[in-house]
Amino acid sequence: MEPTGEVIRVGMAESAVCRAPGTLITSGLGSCVGVSFYDPVARVGGMAHIMLPDSSQGRFTDNKAKFADTSIPDLLASLEKLGAWQERLVVKMAGGAQMFNFGSKDDRFAIGRRNAEAVKRALDERGIRISGEDVGGTYGRTMILFAESGRVVIKAIDKAEREI
Amino acid sequence: MVQGYQLNDVEMDVLKEVGNIGAGNAATVLSTMLGQRIQMTVPSVNLVPLTQVPEAVGGAELEMVGVCLGVTGDAPGTILFMLPVSSAAMLVDKLMTRAPGTTKSFGDMERSALGEMTNILTGAYLQALGELANIVLHSTVPALAIDMAGAILTTILAEVGRLGDYAFLIVTDFLLDGNKGVKGHFFLVPDPEALVTILRALGVKEWNQRAK
Repeated sequence: MEPTGEVIRVGMAESAVCRAPGTLITSGLGSCVGVSFYDPVARVGGMAHIMLPDSSQGRFTDNKAKFADTSIPDLLASLEKLGAWQERLVVKMAGGAQMFNFGSKDDRFAIGRRNAEAVKRALDERGIRISGEDVGGTYGRTMILFAESGRVVIKAIDKAEREI
Repeated sequence: MVQGYQLNDVEMDVLKEVGNIGAGNAATVLSTMLGQRIQMTVPSVNLVPLTQVPEAVGGAELEMVGVCLGVTGDAPGTILFMLPVSSAAMLVDKLMTRAPGTTKSFGDMERSALGEMTNILTGAYLQALGELANIVLHSTVPALAIDMAGAILTTILAEVGRLGDYAFLIVTDFLLDGNKGVKGHFFLVPDPEALVTILRALGVKEWNQRAK
């Protein structure tokens, strides 16, 4: 699927919003989790590239986009400013992989699973349902949200493009 | 300067020298292993904003091989050896004394060869660093991923990101057969506390880590 409108690349520990017909892309999700939001009536979209589960574990927490617990409310506020209603949002998530397998001894690299759980928790606390996901596994992903249609596509190396 | 770290020129030079000696030892070992001269670049010591790290190795979606090892002991951290898939295939050819161009895919044997090579490189690197600073360093068993550069790197840097928006990287590039041949990026990512240990052990007295 070809991008439409303005293409905004969301980097690691960043988030962004756009109006139709724009496209939001975040590349190279490993243990990080990409979350997309779309309001089909207001036709606005948002995307976050979340790196860590919990801001209370961090020392420098002023970058809200980095942590699941702070990124989600921050992005929801930005979406509301563009006219989105939380009740209408279609929310999807991708990533949270375990790229390296060191065996069970080292929990340090189980961060992908912890990220995915934290995103689900943050959404659940606000009564937001996830309508599509491609999470876990051992491979990297790129997530694309087309604000023109609301469609979300996941790309991975050596795998067919997949819509969630 | 940037949040979390403030390094003066002397401290940067000390860390560059650490990288230099470690990488020099590793290059010597790699040369012996491959029976071929290895060139290496002068290590760069950089504070890279996390969002820019994938671009630093050629783009988030570029397919690369990453071999990762944890560093344990007095100055914990992570080591990551990243190389383009074509370079990894050439290395496997050399390591397994195959005719050039033989390796097309990475099965257990190829992965094991790359893991073991990185293990030996890391051992040489850490040995030099440990002797220099008179500290004890060990490495864990290597793990390997072949995937998007961004996905590999962000995974390594996630723990670092807990403490700031910048990653402290000591990077050395290895070249085999000049620029056209095998090219690998060797990253040493010290845990933030480990930087203090390394600098203190090397006699940099005025070091301190200042919160913003």
